[in-house]
Amino acid sequence: MLSEAGSEMTVASPSEKRRGAAGRGRSFRRVLPYIEAGALVVALVLPFVLGDRTDLVTLATNVLILSMLAISFDLCWGLAGIMSFGQALFFGVAGYAIALVGRDLDFSDVWATLPLAMLVGLLLSGLFAAFLLLGRKTPSIIFVAFGTLTGSYAAERLVSGWQYVGAGNGLSSVKLLKLGAYEFVEGDTFYFLALGLLLLVYVAARYFKQSQLGLVLAGMRQNEERLAFLGYRVQLFKALLFSFAGLVAGLGGALYSYHQGFIGPGNMGPGLSTTAVIYCLLGGSGTLIGPIFGTATVEVLSYALSDIDAIRHIWPVVLGLVLLLVVMFQPRGIVGLFVSDRERIGSYGRRRSSG
Amino acid sequence: MALLEIRGVSKSFRTLRALDGVDIDVEAGRFHGLIGPNGSGKSTLLKAIAGAHFADSGTIVFDGNDITRATPYERARAGLSLKFQITAVLPELSVYDNILLATQSGESLPRLLRSSSRHALGEEVSGLLERFRLVDRADDLAGELSHGEQQWLEIAMALALKPKLLLLDEPTGGMSPEERQVTGKLLEPLRAHCALVIVEHDLHFIRDICDYLTVLDQGKVLDQGDVETIQRSPKVQQVFTTRV
Repeated sequence: MLSEAGSEMTVASPSEKRRGAAGRGRSFRRVLPYIEAGALVVALVLPFVLGDRTDLVTLATNVLILSMLAISFDLCWGLAGIMSFGQALFFGVAGYAIALVGRDLDFSDVWATLPLAMLVGLLLSGLFAAFLLLGRKTPSIIFVAFGTLTGSYAAERLVSGWQYVGAGNGLSSVKLLKLGAYEFVEGDTFYFLALGLLLLVYVAARYFKQSQLGLVLAGMRQNEERLAFLGYRVQLFKALLFSFAGLVAGLGGALYSYHQGFIGPGNMGPGLSTTAVIYCLLGGSGTLIGPIFGTATVEVLSYALSDIDAIRHIWPVVLGLVLLLVVMFQPRGIVGLFVSDRERIGSYGRRRSSG
Repeated sequence: MALLEIRGVSKSFRTLRALDGVDIDVEAGRFHGLIGPNGSGKSTLLKAIAGAHFADSGTIVFDGNDITRATPYERARAGLSLKFQITAVLPELSVYDNILLATQSGESLPRLLRSSSRHALGEEVSGLLERFRLVDRADDLAGELSHGEQQWLEIAMALALKPKLLLLDEPTGGMSPEERQVTGKLLEPLRAHCALVIVEHDLHFIRDICDYLTVLDQGKVLDQGDVETIQRSPKVQQVFTTRV
């Protein structure tokens, strides 16, 4: 029983056990803070550089919003070791929720709708966590993956046939997000709103990762059963992270809905859920900043290539191949090229300066 | 009443009857050794006590509470701590973090989130590092330790839970004779804190450290008593001379 659980984790998170040459031993250089600072600077000046290329500002805003989905998946997989193939479910349902509130109640005030979206994401993912994770018996990774995938797929099918929520057409002309009398339209202000919220999410997730709770998560990823024998309620920790990830996805979904002015069944289906997996693994799971790079890479490439018909049609195939190649040859993703295993996994006790 | 009372515990794996109606009492503060030939059910019994698997029948009462069906987490919280046979330290975390992880397991979720005990527990962690001769290796990854050092780290982690009863599955497995000797010295001071159940192949080691022995053979208790008695027991001698 013990060895079984152990090997399961090895298969499922190859990056944890693999022994990379870089960063072992006691001396390792911290590079993540520099990468993060660099990314923040770029994000801050980007709208000014882009100037009046509004299409690119819209693209950049989209990247920020989808990054929340990517971080949401990273919280599940990179931090808690939960393989969720249904992260878009929380994203899409929250997007629908605020679109409906706008349509039926004529309400879209930022102070109420964004918390509502987060609450929807939190409650829905909490419900999933209760069913999938909190059983008496430890659920396998496959069980959770299929459970979330099924949820995502079922929701997409359900919404596609439901007239009240626009069926297959989804909900368009979503009411604009408002702050008092001010309306957020596509452009610089929406960009900075998304950036500010992403920053909040990022800081919260980073705080999670580096706390003593983060140490428990790091231990869980390596040997879940061992942690139970140390007296930790492993599944409860997982459920907590999963619920928080749902909240983040919900926030992203609401912003997406407001920004695009549209939300459809595809925004909660397995397609987008899998894309979130690609964002995260391509960028480097467990690093939090990696998923943002992954999102930017995928979205910018697909935007640049979308004019070329020949490529557009096979784009999903290309993405699938990219995922395959990343998992096979660079499981630590783009950021993993620069960040040592030791830094990615983290150290929680005393900190000696790097040498 | 004994700290741990095992009554009529049986456990089968398919057709193999690994444990067959075992009765054992472990008194508080006692170092209790489990010995017997390979396949006699020692490790199975230890795992049934720790909760790695459940007994098919019989009861296990720990500190007045029936824990026969309790989860490993519940048992750990009740004061039972297991050191695994195959070392199960967390290889990608530093030695320090391994011990911190064990030390902080009593903390509530909000306190973990706020990291409110990270510094307060530092002293306790340092104490254990010192006691188990791991100070110089505190910042190394646990996976880089020698086998013997990993065993000590395991014992340190098991002890960090401040257990009432510590279960040790082959604490000297794979150790050199010198390391065994050191291990014996490291365990000795525990007498003041908790009871110990040890499964061990090295009979010299177990004779030196234990007060009381239970001999298992083919899933049954062959004999039990203090070390002197067991050494003179003809039943035990027969089993060990014919089959070991």
